[in-house]
Amino acid sequence: MQSLTGTLMQPLSESLSIAAPELVLALGAMTLLMIGVFRGTRSFVGLSWGAVVIYVIAGLSLLGDASSAFAFGGLYVADDYSAFLKVLIFVAAAACTVTAIPYLRRARSDKFEYPVIIMLAALGMSMMVSAADFLALYVGLELQSLAAYVLAAFHRNEARSSEAGLKYFVLGALASGILLYGISLVYGFTGTTSFTILAPLMSAEPSIGLIFGLVFIFAGLAFKISAVPFHMWTPDVYQGAPTPVSMFFASAPKAAAMGLLVRVAMEAFGGLADQWHQIIAFAAVASMILGAVGAIGQSSIKRLLAYSSINNIGFALIGLAASTPEGVSAVLFYMAVYLAMTIGSFLVVLSLRDTAGRPIDDIAGLAGLSRTRPGLAAALAIFMFSLAGIPPLLGFFPKFSVFLAAVEAEMYVLAVIGVVTSVVGAYYYLRVVKLAYFDEPTGEILPQESNVNGTVLAVAAIFCSPIGLLLIGPIGRAADQAALAMLSF
Amino acid sequence: MIGLEHYITVGAILFVLGVLGIALNRKNVIVILMSIELILLAVNINLVAFSAYLGDLTGQIFAMFVLTVAAGEAAIGLAILVLYFRNRGTIAVDQINQMKG
Repeated sequence: MQSLTGTLMQPLSESLSIAAPELVLALGAMTLLMIGVFRGTRSFVGLSWGAVVIYVIAGLSLLGDASSAFAFGGLYVADDYSAFLKVLIFVAAAACTVTAIPYLRRARSDKFEYPVIIMLAALGMSMMVSAADFLALYVGLELQSLAAYVLAAFHRNEARSSEAGLKYFVLGALASGILLYGISLVYGFTGTTSFTILAPLMSAEPSIGLIFGLVFIFAGLAFKISAVPFHMWTPDVYQGAPTPVSMFFASAPKAAAMGLLVRVAMEAFGGLADQWHQIIAFAAVASMILGAVGAIGQSSIKRLLAYSSINNIGFALIGLAASTPEGVSAVLFYMAVYLAMTIGSFLVVLSLRDTAGRPIDDIAGLAGLSRTRPGLAAALAIFMFSLAGIPPLLGFFPKFSVFLAAVEAEMYVLAVIGVVTSVVGAYYYLRVVKLAYFDEPTGEILPQESNVNGTVLAVAAIFCSPIGLLLIGPIGRAADQAALAMLSF
Repeated sequence: MIGLEHYITVGAILFVLGVLGIALNRKNVIVILMSIELILLAVNINLVAFSAYLGDLTGQIFAMFVLTVAAGEAAIGLAILVLYFRNRGTIAVDQINQMKG
């Protein structure tokens, strides 16, 4: 590990080569934008596939030198931890770009800006997980958020979409303000914004200003992962935004913000674990309970999945509350599997269309799906059982590993509440399966219109099915290595 | 003599005003945008005051970044607001309730 002072003398070319993935995304987004500007909307499909190529190149540039390295005077860090999360972010962003094509076309929202804005959001997220300083954290977070506000309002002529954009913008800007105020307090009471310089200052008795700053920062970040009590925007935004955008919001930004929260908590404020520990434990319990109870009465599938994501974030936070290397590794594992389950469930929603070609958002529309579309119903059942955490499916194992981390950290109450809410949550997941398999069909559902969506859906379903168990070993090892790389500071 | 604590107090008052402006306002979304600006300016006062007090430049550089991002944020906020107005014909806060549950 190089020292921070060493990075001040670092030549720019070295910094740029360390930040290669971001560089690829930034240049790629600019290129796509230029092509789009000159060729217009008809370049939409081409640009979407071009974006996938750029994600692949950015992903490949993560390979190579595995050791941790600082760049740009200690603002940016590339380590196994950021690499693990960046892979998740790039995969999710690529999936959300290509599977959106048929949906946006039908809705006449097939603007070339869509892949470009998604890529800018991915760039912001990739900055977030590599941030080693509050300045880099803020800029990355804002780049992601500003792109997300635009995406939520992407259906320009639909009132619900612009309402979702407006709500997301107002609450998101408030959360950013709260986060910034916390950062200003932490800066004022410690004299630095760098995580590595902050860490050793945290062992002494903290001042009241520092504690305030810590609480504000955690509140701002809790909004971004939609943890209770900062979750209220989630159902409205997921319901109002176009479905591929909701799929994107539920996947990549969650992983990035969770990675950021874990890094800030463990790296910058590791010495104050006793202080933030209670905040995280409360947010975890409240999210699990609200996510499980709130979903029960919902009639919109997208709202149901929104509550499901709140619920899942609660489970992932248990791993952080344990504040051990095992806990961090469990969070990473959880996010990897959560991404596959969420993208899969949203893809099922994306392919539900009635005979007039309109998207179905009512849960009742799922009735008898096994009769009309057996393959889709089977995929839906896999995702729902997996989200409920039923053993042979992959979704059980990340839950098991966060509960295990909590038990090893002697946080038995948290683990017990987790198991109980998991059972409550199983009720509404199983209700969806019951509708699809045991109710009479109410109407015809059109077949999948794109082979790409079908393929991505099948890959996600196979990943979550018992076949995915083969991948537990590699993913678990990568998560362990990532957690150790981040904690070795 | 005006010291650090005076600046921090002004910053805190502006921040609270901004948050209350968002929470209590029932009339107009434009007022919410103004409140957001107020919050960001409160943060900037804090950053610059701490920076001067600590004799460290980081805070002032940070304030520059916050200003830039605030400009982008206001632009996007207003754009979404115009879009919303075109679709609904109103920007009253208590009318923004198409989705509930």
